[in-house]
Amino acid sequence: MNKKDIIICRCEDVSLEDLHNCLEEGYTTFEDIKRILRIGMGPCQGNTCGLLAQREIAKYLKLPLSQVKVHKVRPLITGVKLKAIVENNKNES
Amino acid sequence: MKANIVIIGGGISGVAIAYNLAKKGMKDIVVFDDNYMTGGATGRCGAGVRQQWGTKGNCIMAKMSVDFFETAQEELQYHRDIEFKQEGYLIVATNKEEDEQFAKNVILQNSVGIPAKQLSLEEALEIVPHLNKDIVTSATFCNTDGHLNPFLMTDAYYHAAKRLGVKFFYNEKVTDIIVENSKITKVITKNYEVITNKVVNAAGGFSYEVGQLAGVELPVYSENHEILVTEPIEKIQGPMVISFSKNIYCQQVPHGSFIMGRSDLDVERGHDIGSTHKFLDEMAKTAVNLLPPLGDLRVIRQWGGSYNVSPDRQPIIGDTDQLEGYYLAVGFSGHGFMFAPMTGLLVSEVILGLPTTIDITDLHIDRFKNNETTEYEHSVV
Repeated sequence: MNKKDIIICRCEDVSLEDLHNCLEEGYTTFEDIKRILRIGMGPCQGNTCGLLAQREIAKYLKLPLSQVKVHKVRPLITGVKLKAIVENNKNES
Repeated sequence: MKANIVIIGGGISGVAIAYNLAKKGMKDIVVFDDNYMTGGATGRCGAGVRQQWGTKGNCIMAKMSVDFFETAQEELQYHRDIEFKQEGYLIVATNKEEDEQFAKNVILQNSVGIPAKQLSLEEALEIVPHLNKDIVTSATFCNTDGHLNPFLMTDAYYHAAKRLGVKFFYNEKVTDIIVENSKITKVITKNYEVITNKVVNAAGGFSYEVGQLAGVELPVYSENHEILVTEPIEKIQGPMVISFSKNIYCQQVPHGSFIMGRSDLDVERGHDIGSTHKFLDEMAKTAVNLLPPLGDLRVIRQWGGSYNVSPDRQPIIGDTDQLEGYYLAVGFSGHGFMFAPMTGLLVSEVILGLPTTIDITDLHIDRFKNNETTEYEHSVV
């Protein structure tokens, strides 16, 4: 399958080809790549792309997966409407 | 390793200084940063660029920096889009005192060529229709203010400086600066010893500590300022909206998400950059109060970053009589990103002994020496 058609980050529409190009340019940590490609910055906050990107970085650097850091996890865990916070709304649709 | 100069801090100020020095012909420039690129204050900032300030020094720095941003893509020959969007800053007044102060600010801003103007509530609503008209009394607007991507702007300077021969070492912490007979002789890092007699402190949140490494006392401290970002939506807001009295700045970036921040007046000084529920709660209330339709947006992430604060909320730029060969680009008080082109230019001029493009007396550390009150910047969130 064409690398252009393999989507790594669904939120920000980043393909495997984008990721490989970024690695080739010398950005080889998740935090660096995130700042260039926005990978992990979308609504899923890296839940989908985190492991995929980690695997690609490990392959590129020829390191075991356990030695490749993933992104920093930040609040919130899921998207919450601003007005739900304002109204202290219990029903988070 | 030998270097003509070591720059400590590879954020926006450090890369801009490195680029300007290299462009003026300096060789053997080394930059150290203890984190990944934009892992510090630069990568955590609100990504706004504004010229509507309350002191002349800040106005000139900001105006000339925007002039540079307009040509940065070409000058730095960057292969990605730096996402510079000039759709203005709308600074809203919510009471009579602010309205009167803003009138004075606009006169000052116009005097240095900044095209700001005062607007009635009706005129402000034409620009941002979803403003809460029960709160806002008037506003000022400058259409050449805007937004710029901090990661990509830093990366653009980095690539341009690298092409000119600057050596960068990220994830390489400076652990000591050796001073012998009142002169810098060496910079020690985790993995290197660099022989040099010039050092630039552009260490952002850690400026004070980098001063201490060389025995230089700096009147700065750091404090956490938090931000949140929402999911992206179709474009509904052109300019950044700011209120000093309501304590908020809020902008829709080209990507579609809204970035917003406010200050915590009770924040403790230090290097904590964590996220708090207090911020989330206050930010949500402030944003939905001033810009009601934003209540339907989902928050997807919040983070914090350091403001390196100076006594008058204006940067400290230049040399210091405390130590020969030690240069300062510190104390930006939350506005180092948008001033970076001028920081790079001015600091490089001081280092090379050239006449400076603008008079930097009011930005020099000596302004705090006589305990005279300097001009204080009030237009800060």
